[in-house]
Amino acid sequence: MAIDRAQVRHVAHLARLSLSAAEEEKFAIQLSQVLGYIEKLNAVDVTGIEPLAFAGDQDPSQAKAALRDDRALPGLPREEALSGAPQRDAQAFLVPRIIE
Amino acid sequence: MPVADFEPVIGLEVHAQLLTESKIFCGCSTAFGAPPNTQVCPVCLALPGSLPALNRKVVEMAIKAGKALGCKIAERSVFARKNYFYPDLPKGYQISQYELPICLGGTVHVAQPDGSLRGFGLTRIHIEEDAGKNIHGDAASEVDLNRAGTPLIEIVGEPELRSADEATEYLKSLRLTLVYLGINDGNLEEGSFRCDANVSVRRKGTEKFGTRVELKNINSYRFIRQAIEFEIERQVELIESGGTVRLETRLFDHEKGVTRSMRSKEEANDYRYFPEPDLPPLLVSKEWIDSVQLPARLPNQAFSELAASGIPATDARTIIADARLVTLYFDVLAALPAITDEGRKWTANTLCGELSRALNDGTADLAALKCTPAQIARVFALQTGGTISSTAGRTVLAELFATGSEPDAIVTAKGLAQVSDTGALEAIVDAVLAKSPGEVEKYKAGKKNLLGFFVGAAMKELKGKGNPGELNKIFKSKLGD
Amino acid sequence: MDPSSLSLGALSDALARGETSASSALDASLSRIRAHDGEVKAFLRLDEAGARKAALGADERRSRKAPLSPLDGVPVGLKDIFCQRGIETTCGSKILSGWKAPYSATVVERLERAGAVLVGKLNMDEFAMGSSTENSAFGTTHNPWDLTRTPGGSSGGSAAAVAARLVPGTLGTDTGGSIRQPASLVGCVGMKPTYGRVSRFGVIAFASSLDQVGPFAQDVRGCAMLLSAISGRDERDQTSSARAVPDFTSSCARDVRGLRIGVPQEFFGEGLDPEVEKAVRATMARFESLGCTMKPISLPTAPHAIATYYIVATAEASSNLARYDGVRFGHRTKDVGSLVEMYGKTRDEGFGAEVKRRIMLGTYALSAGYYDAYYIRAQKVRALIQRDFLRAFAEVDAVISPTSPTAAFKLGEKLDDPLAMYLNDIYTVPANLAGLPGLSAPAGFTSSGLPIGYQLVGRPWDEETLFALAAAHERTTDFHTRAPALGKA
Ligand SMILES: [Mg+2]
Ligand SMILES: [Zn+2]
Repeated sequence: MAIDRAQVRHVAHLARLSLSAAEEEKFAIQLSQVLGYIEKLNAVDVTGIEPLAFAGDQDPSQAKAALRDDRALPGLPREEALSGAPQRDAQAFLVPRIIE
Repeated sequence: MPVADFEPVIGLEVHAQLLTESKIFCGCSTAFGAPPNTQVCPVCLALPGSLPALNRKVVEMAIKAGKALGCKIAERSVFARKNYFYPDLPKGYQISQYELPICLGGTVHVAQPDGSLRGFGLTRIHIEEDAGKNIHGDAASEVDLNRAGTPLIEIVGEPELRSADEATEYLKSLRLTLVYLGINDGNLEEGSFRCDANVSVRRKGTEKFGTRVELKNINSYRFIRQAIEFEIERQVELIESGGTVRLETRLFDHEKGVTRSMRSKEEANDYRYFPEPDLPPLLVSKEWIDSVQLPARLPNQAFSELAASGIPATDARTIIADARLVTLYFDVLAALPAITDEGRKWTANTLCGELSRALNDGTADLAALKCTPAQIARVFALQTGGTISSTAGRTVLAELFATGSEPDAIVTAKGLAQVSDTGALEAIVDAVLAKSPGEVEKYKAGKKNLLGFFVGAAMKELKGKGNPGELNKIFKSKLGD
Repeated sequence: MDPSSLSLGALSDALARGETSASSALDASLSRIRAHDGEVKAFLRLDEAGARKAALGADERRSRKAPLSPLDGVPVGLKDIFCQRGIETTCGSKILSGWKAPYSATVVERLERAGAVLVGKLNMDEFAMGSSTENSAFGTTHNPWDLTRTPGGSSGGSAAAVAARLVPGTLGTDTGGSIRQPASLVGCVGMKPTYGRVSRFGVIAFASSLDQVGPFAQDVRGCAMLLSAISGRDERDQTSSARAVPDFTSSCARDVRGLRIGVPQEFFGEGLDPEVEKAVRATMARFESLGCTMKPISLPTAPHAIATYYIVATAEASSNLARYDGVRFGHRTKDVGSLVEMYGKTRDEGFGAEVKRRIMLGTYALSAGYYDAYYIRAQKVRALIQRDFLRAFAEVDAVISPTSPTAAFKLGEKLDDPLAMYLNDIYTVPANLAGLPGLSAPAGFTSSGLPIGYQLVGRPWDEETLFALAAAHERTTDFHTRAPALGKA
């Protein structure tokens, strides 16, 4: 399965990556290669097979107990919560003005 | 004229915040109105490495909603990620449920004027998390993540509604049920009960649905009605003038009363849903489902019961509109000497009449009622037992709601007791008859409606405290009937 | 005595007997780092002050005869993927450069509670994406056995630090082989436990359904001691299991006679370096001499593991990495513009090439129209891979194979050939897809003196058999005692 520049651009937009023209070019080739390799999955007979998304174990008798109790706990002090922000004011994270 | 040729098709998606103490995936408080970013932690800030831990109470409340609305509760449901970028969505995805939600099917019942219930189908109910809030400034937007991770259920209705009225009634009924269950506060203004509407129109008589438009940002019943009505007209006009309706999301502008297209939405959304790998499938055993208790009566059950016992639909709707009134109604009923249709009607009248008057003029507060159901029931007993008249009963109730004093004490203090002593009444009756020989003559000649005149005259002598029933009886016997 | 010459278990014993102190062990470790990490480049940063304080605390407890655990006072290094409160945590990425975690991962808390002395953070491929540690935004780590070669990845720093005897034990993470492959390439022991054995809370996610935390040490016992300390249910990670945690240290002494070891024919075919194959077959012979039986088995779907993995892992990663958006933490572009531009440029500048490649692949696999063909199909093949293993485990107690098809390759060799790099994980990826425990331990050396590792994969929750087998094998060889000759500083 080949992926072209336009598709790369579309996917990059979905992923919010502003790729340079050179990156687009390179990714189109490399992704096509990898997708070509992945094509081999089409040869596997998966008729009647349920997809496996969770490979951990789960004891149904413990499923309810495993959930969290509804108890409010202190979180981070605001100053600490905002401390890593690239741009902030006294109370909030700041982002470029959003136009709806 | 053109609108009449079309049939609107409306389906509602309601987001209801659940009344938990902590957020859906972390221990942060869900209290409303805290200063920005003071109820946050690594999980709801989506700091690197943090993981969601599902709150058991959220699942319980979703089960409760599902049971109350007659849904099928899935013993295995799966959380999914809905991926999109927005500053109020810290992880870059919303944890929701997609292919396998916790509740399937179900019905919202709407009380009809004739005392019947009409059902509107539900597609599903799923659990998800709320986003934070962006506060738009001139130069920048602030991001407040206090609300991020507040638990929601999304209740998705089938496109079975055919007018803005039906939509409004549906929402009121749904809201009532959730508030009644104690899982949502029903506050539209604060956004804890929110609604998106999918609206399309089709020519009458056709089967195929038209292209639907999603309406967002409607936070009152009035706006819901306005937005839907505007949108129906807009779509009909568009079609009539040869245009086509576009699949889009439109915001309701409540200042101008119009809907407008969301500008930034020219691209189709591609949410790339996939199963949330940080949470195992949600397993809900039969025992767990069975152990989730519903109140004795849900609003629509109470409505049916009230209507069936002969209470007018308007009164029944007034009572079911507030869970506390329903509870009070049935508690008073239980305190009556015997449950009769007369007692039911009296109780309904008392709640919709005297009590509602007292609530309106501020002498009573439903949240802190001064009297007990037993005291209210006592007033009925005093009336039916002949101690007081129905007029006096209303006076007692007003005082009871205002002060909580014992009804018997009120009767004594206000001197409301009727004279029922036969000897005393006979003396008065004799005196009245003696004073009105002409009327006695006419009565005996067949003018039976003069009985009222005699009773009235006796009442006047008794300053209104005579037992009218007794007086009637005595007059009749003295006059030879 | 020089504490840095001791394995983790031996150091623990020496501390218990009072033959050395936590402070001396830390000094020895720091002086080794100063002497040799200039060329190995395993550590990204040290926390000398914190480590010193922890060591003094450990010594004080020892003097009161109240050690917290056998790890009390043992220096341990952490892959820079673990959040550690107040300490810069970058995950090898420019996008997190300078970010100080305001909270600690559960495994970090557990090590601290066991009294371990956390020395510093170790280099890794950016967001654990890579098999060579060349994808780090902060420089490459070198294989202590040959500085021109890779230590493997993504936990290359964790592996190299142990091989170079900088610290006796480290933690890493393994999503597709990121513990086992570098352990194999540097000649130490690395264990990836069963999915759900160790909490992932505070561990920066690559692919949530595959990631597991695990230990590195010079020998099997060291790994077992570390794994015992970090395992077990954590309420903050609902994918972690409530199963009881065995004492892995004592399982190292278990008798292995009569155990059946499966030899998957699919893992001894094309692409396997002959020297590696020879060393692994010699290992099998040693297992036979220990009383184990070798049994040919088939894992017919395993050859599809890489293709499956690169869909599942990248799909999850594309979503896990969405939070790096320049809003709440980390890098934001100087050239902000609109919101969409801010996102795009921030992420383009902050992520390296391999991370972007995988985000692209994963986004594509989940996007409208491709989800069923890629993601769903891959998860179905994944189910088959798991089924293959479970079927095999009806007949055998563990599965043996090479860990990696070759010994350490040259730095730069596969850097711009993603597919060739991905194929390095061919033997390790299946265990992640199936959620199974896997261990890599030394199997010998190539003629040019590079370490070779073998891999054991076990039944779910049966790390014990792997520890027992690997420990028994280790007692028959001296590979684990050999150390690379680093420059005399
Ligand atoms: Mg929703
Ligand atoms: Zn929180």
